[in-house]
Order: sequence, then structure tokens, then C-alpha cells
Amino acid sequence: MTPPPRPDDRSGAEPPDVPGFRTWRGVYLFVFGWFVLVVILLSVFTGIFS
Amino acid sequence: MNVADWVVLLGTIVGIAAYGSWRTRHVRSLNTYLRGNASTGWGTIGLSVMATQASAITFLSLPGQGFESGIGFVQNYFGLPLALIVVCAVFLPMYRRLNVYTAYEFLGQRFDEKTRLLGAGLFLLQRGLAAGVTIYAPAIIISTVLGWRLDLVIVFSGLLVIVYTVTGGSEAVALTHKWQMAVISAGMVTAMVVLLLRLPAGLGFTGAAHVAGALGKLQAVDFSLDPSRRYTVWTGVFGGLFLSLSYFGTDQSQVQRYIGGASLREGRLGLLFNAVLKIPMQFVILLLGALLFVFYQFAPHPVFFNQAEWRRYAQDGRFRAIEAQHAMAVAQTQSAIRAWLQARAADDAAREASARAAMVAASHRTRAIRAEATAALAAADPRAKTKDSDYVFITFILTELPHGAVGLLVAVMFAAALSSKASELAALGTTTTIDFWRHFRPLAATDEARNVRVARRFTALWGAFAVAFALFAGFAENLIEAINILGSLFYGVLLGLFVVAFFLRRVGGSAVCFAAVTAQALVIVMYFSLNIGYLWYNLIGCAACIAFSVALQAVLPPRARDDEGRAG
Repeated sequence: MTPPPRPDDRSGAEPPDVPGFRTWRGVYLFVFGWFVLVVILLSVFTGIFS
Repeated sequence: MNVADWVVLLGTIVGIAAYGSWRTRHVRSLNTYLRGNASTGWGTIGLSVMATQASAITFLSLPGQGFESGIGFVQNYFGLPLALIVVCAVFLPMYRRLNVYTAYEFLGQRFDEKTRLLGAGLFLLQRGLAAGVTIYAPAIIISTVLGWRLDLVIVFSGLLVIVYTVTGGSEAVALTHKWQMAVISAGMVTAMVVLLLRLPAGLGFTGAAHVAGALGKLQAVDFSLDPSRRYTVWTGVFGGLFLSLSYFGTDQSQVQRYIGGASLREGRLGLLFNAVLKIPMQFVILLLGALLFVFYQFAPHPVFFNQAEWRRYAQDGRFRAIEAQHAMAVAQTQSAIRAWLQARAADDAAREASARAAMVAASHRTRAIRAEATAALAAADPRAKTKDSDYVFITFILTELPHGAVGLLVAVMFAAALSSKASELAALGTTTTIDFWRHFRPLAATDEARNVRVARRFTALWGAFAVAFALFAGFAENLIEAINILGSLFYGVLLGLFVVAFFLRRVGGSAVCFAAVTAQALVIVMYFSLNIGYLWYNLIGCAACIAFSVALQAVLPPRARDDEGRAG
């Protein structure tokens, strides 16, 4: 039932093709950095208004 | 609701469903039916993942949560971006490499058929029982406030989602999700704009935010290590990571949204789209609730927002006295807020401090009267529904928004209900077809039309079951919590199966299967013999499954271990 593996997905090392990023690791680091920034901004928001 | 509201509501909801059915009416390939269009891009995948998670309860309950307890609930989503990075890096590449239709097929390839059936069975049990609730929960609120018949709302929304999901499968689900998210976004932006415009003159967003903050509604983050605190950064990061990993990595209703894209890249970017936007989105919805709180400090509002329930039970003079006390307390709070704002504007620190204390005290009095009203309601009849925070936003919509916008916001609730329901039905139909049906009646290798027919019938069957269950659920008390408890009892073990599959390469099928059954039995025994919060069973089930797997793998005789390391 399950189709054969997809040849194009055999390599997990395909480039992300996202401007400014050459590897997926870079994209993940960006997302992690964004998460940290959001937490910092929420902390600042809490500090200003609470 | 007037004619304009009805036109907007039916035009959007029925229009999107009809469009989805029409565009996908020619789906004849099982691959397209179960995984969606092979050229689907990351934007569609991202919106589909988002729409699947955003149920109607998100848009009804979250503003109520912000109104009642403030925006600290946003911390519950802190583990989500981290979990999505793990899903992108580990789960998704494996699902795509093995080219599976369901997450449980992966268990079959990594371990054996019995483990796959166990995983699929746990999913069907949990999601199948929850299926009725995703229709029932918003329907009960919408029917209560609008005075519509509950059974008609359930049948209408149920039939609508069944029609397009059965017709076009995963392709129709992804297609409609895009438009449903557009309706949801337009509606929520409209509600926020109207709310800001309706704030008292001169207050504005900043003033309202200062009032909300002073009254304890804007503490977004709490780094406290106190375990008695419900929402902190730490519970959000660790608890949220665990729950999101279960949900996005092993729940077929989400897995199906991202495994079928044009390439691995599209799936990854679709998931990361959610990793970036989810926390800001939830923050804005909660902030809307906190601003609603400020709005209602200046506008007349009922002591109990579920007015249908209030009118049913609050009959005698005691309730009229509570209403009078509440009106007086609201007026006093309003005066205290104005005094505080004037003191702030005058830049008089001492006066500001005393005005702030008076404002907080007045707000606490109002809150105490609301609590008294709830207690009186419960005393009048223990069957009375005493939680009214889910009714705050819908009350604002119906009383403050202009006609047309009311229809749009009711459409938001329906769009959210249908979007999550559609993913659920597609996942239940797919898992039943792929993981169970083929064991009894193998799908034809070449007869694609027959394969699609089988998948359609199972999807329709689950839809009919969900509607029937939702109709029955109207008679049951505390059903929603019961379903949540049931989910927590099974989710942990399911995640444990996948964690072992991905990270413990030496563990084989027999060990993990027996370990999962033992862990599940342990969780059920603990549930009936201990008194701990049910969310803990997610963690206990997962940890027990992993620990038992490792232990069994070490003690099982070599013949029983010879299946180790397949496809891993």
C-alpha cells in the first residue's frame, strides 16, 4: 500500500532555498532566535504595563 | 442578527464549503485524496496547520481567558516553536523518506504491524471520542447566545464539513483552510478595531493597556519557579514542548497537513511559519480579552455573561440584589479608574499610588460580586453552568459590533469549528482506511477509484458518528472535560511509541509494543487510584513507555528482539 520512498526526499541535506540562509540549521537558529526575541519583547511589555 | 449578518455568515461559510467541494469534485487519486495536491506550497501548508489547531473554542475561550485571568496563558505556547523545530528536523524527513500516508505507517516500518495497529488504535480511540466535542463545544455556546436550536446548529455545521471533506479529502481540507483563515483573520482584526474605537474618549490603546496592566491583566511572562503557579515560562516551555511534540509529531490530523506538500522544504517552511506566528497570534487574541476587560469597566455589562443560564436560574430577590451590587461596584470601579488616570496625567506619584490602590480594591470588589453570583447560581441548581468567560467575547460581538460585522464574527466561529473538524475527519478516515481496512480487504493496487471510494466512506462514517455523538453530548454533564481526560490518558503512550522509534534505535517491535500496553495499563490504574492533575498522565505515559521499552529490550530473549533496528 505504501508507495516507495521518494527519491527527492532521501537526502535531508537539501538547501532551504530561503534568502539569507544556506542550511536548515541556520533557519532553525533563526526561528529559535525569533522565539527568544518574542519572549524578551513580552517581558518588556510586562515590565511596561504591569 | 439581521439580513446583512445572515448574508455575510452564509455567504462565507456555505460559500467556502461549496467552493471546496466544487474545486475538488474530480479527485480520483488516493494519493491526492489522502495527502492533498502534490504541488501544495508552504503557505497553504502553514495556513492549514494553523487552521487545524485553531478551533472555535480558541476564538471563544481565549478572549474570555484574557478577560478573566489576563494574558499569562500565552506562556502555554512557549514550547510550540521548539517542538516544531524538532518535528521539522526529525519527524518530517522520516515521514517523507518512507513516503507514508499516516504517522502510524512509520511505526509499522520501524517496528512491526502490531505496533502500528496499536498506535493507530490509540489515535482512533482518542480522536474518535473527541470528534463529537469539536462540533458540540462551539455549537452549545453559539446556540445559547443566539437562541438557535442546538441540534440544528450541530447538524448544519456537521453536514457542511462532511460534504466537502468527503468530496475532496485532504485537498479540499487544505483549500478551504486558506479561505477559512482569511475569514478568521478579517473577523478578528475587525473585532479589535471596533473594540479600540469603542474605548472611552481619550483612553486609547496605551491608556487601556495601562489600566489593564494595573489591574493585573497584562503579565505576559512569569519567571517564577513556584510550582503552585499555573502559568509560568518554565511550565510553558517544558510542558508546552511535550504537548506540542505529541500533537504536531504524532497526531494524524496535523501530520496529514504537512506530509503531502510539493517537497520536504514546503512542509518544513509551513511548520516554521507556525513556529514564528503562533505566539504573537495567541498574544493578540488574549490581549483582545484583556482590552475587553477594560472596555467593560466603562460599559454596562451583566454580572454573569451567560445570560440564558442566568435567566433560567436567577429568579428570586437574592439575584436581583447581586445585580444591583454589581452595577454599583462597576460604577465605583469606573470612578476609581478615572481618578487614577487623572493622577497619572498630573504626574503626582503619591496621589497616583493611593488612586491605584483604590482602583485595585474596587476591581476586586467587582470580581468578588461576580464570584458571589456564580456561587448563587450553583446553589440554585448544581446543574447550572457556572463558567461564563466563554460568553464574554460573543456578548461583545452581538451587542457592540455593527450589522454585517456580527455576521462576519459568527462566521469566524463557524470557520474555526469547520476547519479543525475537517482535519479531524480526514485523519480519522485516512487512518481507518490505511492502517485498519487494508488488513481485512487489501486496497486494489490499480483501481484508484475503488480506493478513493473506500476512503470517502470511512470519512463519511466518522462524520456521521461525530454528529450523532455531538447530538448525544447535549445530555451529558462535564463531557468536554471527560474527553480531555481521555485524551491525556492515551496521548502520552502514543508519544512514547514515537520517541522510542526515533531516538532508541536498538529497541525492537515486541519490546516497544508490550511496553506501550503495560504503560497504558499503568496510566489507567494510576488514574483510578491517584488524585493528580490529568495533564500529568501525558508525561507519565510517555516516560513509562520509554522506560519499559528499554527494560524489556534488555530482558527479552534474542528471538523476540530480532526485529530491532528496522527502517530506523
